[in-house]
Order: sequence, then structure tokens, then C-alpha cells
Amino acid sequence: MKITPEIIAQHNLTDEEYGRIKQLLGREPSFTELGIFSVMWSEHCSYKSSKAHLRRLPTEGACMVQGPGENAGIVDIGDGWCVAFKIESHNHPSFIEPYQGAATGVGGILRDIFTMGARPVAAMNSLRFGPIRDEDVEGEVTRQTVSRNRRIMAGVVKGLGDYGNAFGVPTVGGEVYFADCYSLNPLVNAFALGLVRREQIFYGKAEGIGNSVIYVGAKTGRDGIHGATMASAEFDEAAMEKRPTVQIGDPFSEKLLLEACLEAMRAGAIVGIQDMGAAGLTSSSCEMGARAGTGIEINLDLVPQREPGMTAYEMMLSESQERMLIVAERGHERQVHEIFQKWDLDAVTIGRVTGDQKLRVRHRGEVVAEIPNAALTTEAPRYDRPQAAPPKPQAEDLGPAILARLQALAAEVQAADDSRLMTEVLCRLLASPNIASKHWVYRQYDHMVRTNTVVLPGSDAAVLRVKETRRSLAMALDGNGRYCSLDPREGARLAVAEAARNVVCSGARPLAITNCLNFASPERPEVMWAFSETVDGIAEVCRALGTPVTGGNVSFYNETEGKGIYPTPVIGMLGVIEDARHTTTQWFKASGDVILLLGQTRGDLGASEFLARIVGEVRGEVPRLDLAAETAVQRACLEGIEGGLVRSAHDCSDGGLAVALAEGCFSHYRHAAVGARIDLPAQLQPEVTGVRDEPRHQPPAGLLNTIALLFGESPSRIMISVHPDNVERMMTIAERAGARCAVIGEVGGASLRISLDGETLVDRPVAELEALWQRTLPECLDL
Amino acid sequence: MKFGVVVFPGSNCDHDTYHVISKVIGQPVDFVWHKQEEISQYDAIILPGGFSYGDYLRTGAIARFSPVMRSVVEFAREGGLVLGICNGFQILCEVGLLPGALLRNRDLKFICEHVNVRVEQTDTPFTAVCERGQVLSMPIAHGEGNYFCDDRTLAELADEGRIVFRYCDPAGRVTEAANPNGSIDNIAGICNRERNVLGLMPHPERASEDMLGSHDGRMVFRSLAAAISELLKVRA
Repeated sequence: MKITPEIIAQHNLTDEEYGRIKQLLGREPSFTELGIFSVMWSEHCSYKSSKAHLRRLPTEGACMVQGPGENAGIVDIGDGWCVAFKIESHNHPSFIEPYQGAATGVGGILRDIFTMGARPVAAMNSLRFGPIRDEDVEGEVTRQTVSRNRRIMAGVVKGLGDYGNAFGVPTVGGEVYFADCYSLNPLVNAFALGLVRREQIFYGKAEGIGNSVIYVGAKTGRDGIHGATMASAEFDEAAMEKRPTVQIGDPFSEKLLLEACLEAMRAGAIVGIQDMGAAGLTSSSCEMGARAGTGIEINLDLVPQREPGMTAYEMMLSESQERMLIVAERGHERQVHEIFQKWDLDAVTIGRVTGDQKLRVRHRGEVVAEIPNAALTTEAPRYDRPQAAPPKPQAEDLGPAILARLQALAAEVQAADDSRLMTEVLCRLLASPNIASKHWVYRQYDHMVRTNTVVLPGSDAAVLRVKETRRSLAMALDGNGRYCSLDPREGARLAVAEAARNVVCSGARPLAITNCLNFASPERPEVMWAFSETVDGIAEVCRALGTPVTGGNVSFYNETEGKGIYPTPVIGMLGVIEDARHTTTQWFKASGDVILLLGQTRGDLGASEFLARIVGEVRGEVPRLDLAAETAVQRACLEGIEGGLVRSAHDCSDGGLAVALAEGCFSHYRHAAVGARIDLPAQLQPEVTGVRDEPRHQPPAGLLNTIALLFGESPSRIMISVHPDNVERMMTIAERAGARCAVIGEVGGASLRISLDGETLVDRPVAELEALWQRTLPECLDL
Repeated sequence: MKFGVVVFPGSNCDHDTYHVISKVIGQPVDFVWHKQEEISQYDAIILPGGFSYGDYLRTGAIARFSPVMRSVVEFAREGGLVLGICNGFQILCEVGLLPGALLRNRDLKFICEHVNVRVEQTDTPFTAVCERGQVLSMPIAHGEGNYFCDDRTLAELADEGRIVFRYCDPAGRVTEAANPNGSIDNIAGICNRERNVLGLMPHPERASEDMLGSHDGRMVFRSLAAAISELLKVRA
């Protein structure tokens, strides 16, 4: 086939890139070769726009066993055990076909884990959708958007659940947020974590010239062709025509593949192994060769095929799921075949390892592709794309807007006094889809299979025991796109800090992170600027907390019809609980326990859920993270937990202190709800910043300050409860750690009562608050 | 005493069940590959939860044709103890060792959560150490757990005291609200006429250690171990 400029453009390659291909090959590429280049040089596979920046992330640490560049990162957790974990996006396919897109996202990340030799023991996911509640949008057109968003969400959740459930991995946690910008660009980031003995780790390396290359797993079909390329471009109104690029998942095959791979690994039959994920046969063969400094030659006639008549181009670009490429130890080929046969899976020797550092593909007696590995991997284009900071928004005083809105709300609900009004605001925040209970979601995930889940979904972090040791693992996903949209660097810093705080609240020492960076088109300078800022923000806080980056994933082009998403970095934090007995949850445990607040409450109303939900503004200054204060608070909390003093610990985040208090009161897994009586000391009341410029004038700022105290989102705060006898010891620990600590109330009663210096601000039975919090998602989604 | 935990392709609670028997109950246990036909060396066979054969076609419908199932049927007919948990229950219904069928949940969604079940019968080898009317907290995790049978079978099950577990509230009241999946008569588990085969949807192996929030499920395994001890004594 003659390669025309139209064909080159269809492959999403620029003229310069095509020129470079010709230069690297010293000739015109064949059609099959062009296809191979187009996927390997796609943004999704090559990281061509991000690589220059990702280098700035810290990847060194005492716990590190395997950093970025392999199928998953690996850290050492002691006693000879290692953890492989990673997060990956499946945003584009999930928009086109929510159920299969999400399901295959889980399949892909699970394979990344078990290719390393690790048995997957936990999954999580981070999701973003457009609004699902009628009242969060305006007008008739947007009503249609709401119903589509609901369909997408229901499909994604079912897809994630069905795949993980059947595979047999517990989905133990995650996060779900809603904002307009995700209506046409939902985000589905799938996380998985596995356990492996240090000496049993496997790598994606094609070592040993002459070794057999074995294809295992499902047959190759015509599905998913150009999936990686599809995920490397914006969508337009014809997006749905790309549906055939989405793959179909089969968790049953994947489960068999897992068991067969682990069995073959234990049998000592495998030299190297890699998942055929994005760009399938192409990426697995050239990357394994590149990592080992060898080459791979394969014969496509031998590849198990789902249908006759497939071309070399189709087979090399197919993204059919549940397939792996294995390099077998010489003399062990038969053993590999037998093990896979036992599990009723295809295992076919399709080629061998060569010494010429090339990917050579034969089909019907001809060499249809012959490309140096380096041309597809290290020599792929790299771009330092132009960046431009958007103009800084005019500093403005949002105070009057807030007060006006509160006045209107007071009239609307006939609130006679501030206390009624504050209670109403709390109720509305609890019912906000961003804060409301996610029980509707995680009830559809088997979160208990493998019987390791010690802290079930709903607390700050999920906790899994490691049966073979005294240790437990805590894990959390965090990211706040709204913060990042206003200040990407600060938003990224806060995401890392919050993820660490969440695992600390569970009693764990933060160990390392994985990350998924979701952005719009890198070809827009302001997006690239936000990306660069985000990387720097993550790098800074990871360095400060001593939590290196083990790997991750970048997803660009989350943009439809010219509208992009908020910059949305998602941080997956892994922590280790040294002694499983110190596992802590967010829920209050016993009446009479004293509630303390670690950290300082400032007047941070900017960018808050309060501002977005109640006032309808996504504006203001993002709260600033003070790293010294953050580490002090985390240290104090962890020391308190490890000293056996802390009965509950909960991070104050979305919706601020009042929401955190309510969540501490709610019922959970066979434990009834309990009330709390809070009297906030006057000196705790902050002065509002971040929603106005100066000068800071007093009244009517009084109400604003109260709002900030209850609903402001100052970071670096943890609400803990302790037995009354332990208050003093806890205060001493906090002081020594350099963290502020104040007694704010006690557990007890059936209501949540919050007062400031004796004056009531909130008073409502916990049962009512909990009902509101539980109702939102079922109301929107059970139709 | 020896337990056998059958491994079908797609079983995924096999390791969990094995763990409870070996580590919590402290009894010898083997995995039994689904192509294995010789199982007479075992005193009890457990069909674990999971998605055998992906649960494609219909839950348990393909697994029942696995070679091991011919032996399991024979084993049961000869009085061997057989416990089917979740997918295992579904397979037991498909193969005809238990009556009825498990339909899709009432709300058509997969449900994973802790539920309460009331022990209705204690004269079975699976519940002998329980008190009649005792409420056990155990998790469910299934998409097809909605037990259904015709009226005659239901009357038979009731008359013969073969409804072993019913979904109930924490106080032990069998109510519509406590029925998570729409099962007829709140049925969570039943046994055969000879009482040596039990199927239940809740997962006792997930509720056998305090660390996991409940140890109530241990009673099922302890009952089973006690029954086997008795049998072995009689045989000796």
C-alpha cells in the first residue's frame, strides 16, 4: 500500500515524525511498520510530551526495588515481602463504552501487577464524572447531560465491579468526584496492588539469545485496534464512531492467566514476561527486547487468532485482552505449554530472542516489519512543548457574594438564626455528591475476597493485612481537580499531603506513591504549564515526606469538543502499619472519648466544596500547604496511634471540620452511629482569607469566619478521639512534634452539636444527617 | 480428618476457605483440582465461592459438568459431607444435590456487605455447635443469590426442617427489609433431606477471624469438624 499524507495523518503522526521514521529506518516504512510506529509513538505509549517533566519526580528511596519503566513499581515492606503497585487511566474507552472501558481498565492494571510475579491482592479506583443531580445543572439540554452522566457512572461502576469480582481481587477503596468538566471526559483511573517475595520478582526482559518467545492467553482478534492512538487524541462529536477501538474484557480468562503465569513462574520456567496491553503484540515484543538489549523475531502465522484473514497490521495493533508474551527458559518450553494447557489456555511458541536488537515480524513467508527496538522506544520523539501560565485571575472579594448567598439561603429555608443556617449548610454539604456516602458504589464491589480487608471502604484509607507478617498495608487515592484548576502546583502538593495523611490516620507510615496525571491536550500551552507545575508540586512534597514515586501513568487529551478537564493528578499512596494492632479508623468509638483537633484552622474558604456547592463559585485562593505543619501533624498522629492512645483519626478535607465531625459520628459495619458535643474555643476561629483581597475588615466578616471554621478546608488537620485519661499524654506528644492540638469536645449523645464559645452553630440528630448523606447517590442512580 | 476444597477454573474463595480450615480451625486440608475424580480420601468436600467458568451461561451451570462433580454427587449419595458456599451453593443446585435455583438479585446489582442470618436448624453437621435462633453476622458477595423454588418444594423444605439459615435483622427478626436479595422466605441456606449437603450464600470463611469484623462463620466450620470427629469415632 502506498503511504500517502492522508494515511500518515490518519495515524496521528506529524510530517516531521514521519520524516524521522524514514530517517531511522533509512527507507520508507511498510504499512505494517507505519502502524507499529504510530502506536509506539502515540502519546499513550511514548510519553513524548511528559517524559521531559517526569524526570523531575524523585524515584530514590530505601524501600525502592523497582522504579518507573517496568510494568509496575515495587517496594520492599520487610520480611522478604515486596509490594507491586500501580495506577493507570482508562478514561477514553470508558467514555465511549463505559462498561467495557472500565472493565478492561481493571484487567490491564491487574496484568501489570502479576507480570511482575505478584499476586494481586487489592484494587482501588479513582473516578470523575459530570454532575448526576438535576439541581447541580441548569436548563433542559443539561438535563440530558445529567442522565448521560448517570448512565456513564452506572456503567463504569458495574464494569469495574464485574471484572474485579469475577477475577477475585477485592476492590477496597477509591474516590468519586463530580464536576461539569468531566461530563464529556469522565476519568477512570484503576489501581492495583500485589504481593511478591523479593526473590520471585519477574521483569519484562527478553534475555538469552535463542530463547523461545511464547504467546499465552486469549486469542488475537480485531478488537482494540488503534486503542492507544484513540487515547492519544481529543474527542469530537464523532467520538462514538471510535467504539470499535474499545476492547472487550473477560475476567475469567484473566483469572486463568493469572494462575497459569504464577504457576509457570514458580516452576522456574520463565525468563521474562510482559502483558500485551496498549499496542498489544507490538509493545510487548519491542519493549522486552529493548530492556534486555536483545531483539525479538516473531512469526504471525503462529499467533492464535480469533478469526481468519487477519492482516499483519491488524495482529500487531490488536489490543485483545488477557494475553501475555513470555520468554521461556531454554529447555522449559514444554513445561510452560503444559501449565497453560492445564488452565485451558493457548500457549504457542511464536518466535525467539535474537541478538540484533530489532523487532522482526514475519507473516505468510515474508518479513513484514523489521525495526530497531530503539527506534520504537528510546528514539521515539520527545517534546518539550511550549508552556504558558494563564493570566492570574483578578484578586476579588468573594465575601459579599458569600454573605448574599447565605442571606438568600436563610430566607429560602426560613432559618431564624445563624445556627439554623449553619445546620442547613452542613446538611447540604453532606448531601453533595462529592461528599455523600459512596456506599452505592462500593457495595457493588467485592471488597472482602481473599479475606485480608481489615478496614473496609468508607474510612480514610483501606487497610489490608498481610497474612504472612505482622504488618498491614494502608492505601489511599487522592486528588482534587478543583484545587488544581485554580492552582495546579498547590493542588498537586495538597493531593500528595492528603494521601499521606489518609494512610497516617489509619496508623501507617507513608512509604511510596504511584500517580495518574489526567490532563487535557498537551498541545495547549496552558495545559502543559499546568502539567509542569503539577509535576513540581508532587516532586516537592514527595521529597519532603520521603515517599518516592514508583511509577504511574499520564493521560493527556482528556478533551472533547474543545473543552478540557481540570488538571487532575491522582495520587495513590501506600503506607505500612508496622503492627496490625495499631490499625485505626475514622469513626468515634465510645461515649465519653475526648475529641481533639490536630493542626491549625485558617480561614481557607477559597476553592472549597462550600464555595462550589453552596455559593456556586469555583474561585478563590487554594489553601496553602505548610510542609512543616503537615509533617508535624502526621508525626503527632502516628505517634499517638503507635502509643495506643488514638481511638479514631480522621482527616479534615472536603467540607471541612463540620463534615469531618459528622463522618466520625456515622454508623459503620455493625457499629451504631454516635453523637458528639463540640464546643470550639474562640481562639480556634480563623480569619477568612483566600476569597478576598485586603483589607480584612471585621463585621460582617464574623459570619464568614464562622463559616471558615466549620467548612473551610485548611489542610494538615486531623481530628482524633482519645480516652479521657489519655488527653494529656496526647497533648504532650503533639507539642513535642510541634503540632497544634486543641480539645474540641467529646463523643456522646445522639446528636451532633457544635458550638463556638458556648453559642450553638449546629444541632441535628446524627440519624438525620446520616440519612441525608446516604440518600444522594441512590436517589440519583437507582432509577 | 481431611477436608477437600475443590478448585474450579474461576474459583476465587478457594484460598480463603483453605486458610480458615488450616489456620483457624487447624485441620488438614487439600485443594482438589476439578479434573480430579478420586475424592474418597476426604471427610468433607467444600465447593468454594467464586465465578467458576466465569459464571458464563448461568452461575454454576458449566461447573456441574466438571469431572469432579460426578464424584461429589456420588460422595454425597454415600453420606459424605458437602458444603457449598456462594458459587458452591449455585453449583449444588445446578447439579441437583439441592433443590431450587439462585436468580439474579432483586435489584439486579452485585451486593457485597455484612448481613445477619438466623440459624433455623441445629440438627445438621454444619450448625450443630450453634444455638437455634442464634444470629450470625456474615458477609454476602453475589449477583445471583436470590433463592427461588416452587411452592411445593418450599413447603417441603419448611416441613422437613431443611431451611437452615434465614436473612434477619440484628435482633433475629426475619423481615422483608433484612432480605438483601429477594430470596423466597428469606432463605440464605438449605440442606438436603439427608442433611449431609448444605448450600448457603453468605461466606462463613470471611467471618472467621475477629480481625475481619466477625468470627461467627467459624461456627459452621467448627460444627463440621465436630461432626467429622464423631463420624471417625463411630467408624473406629
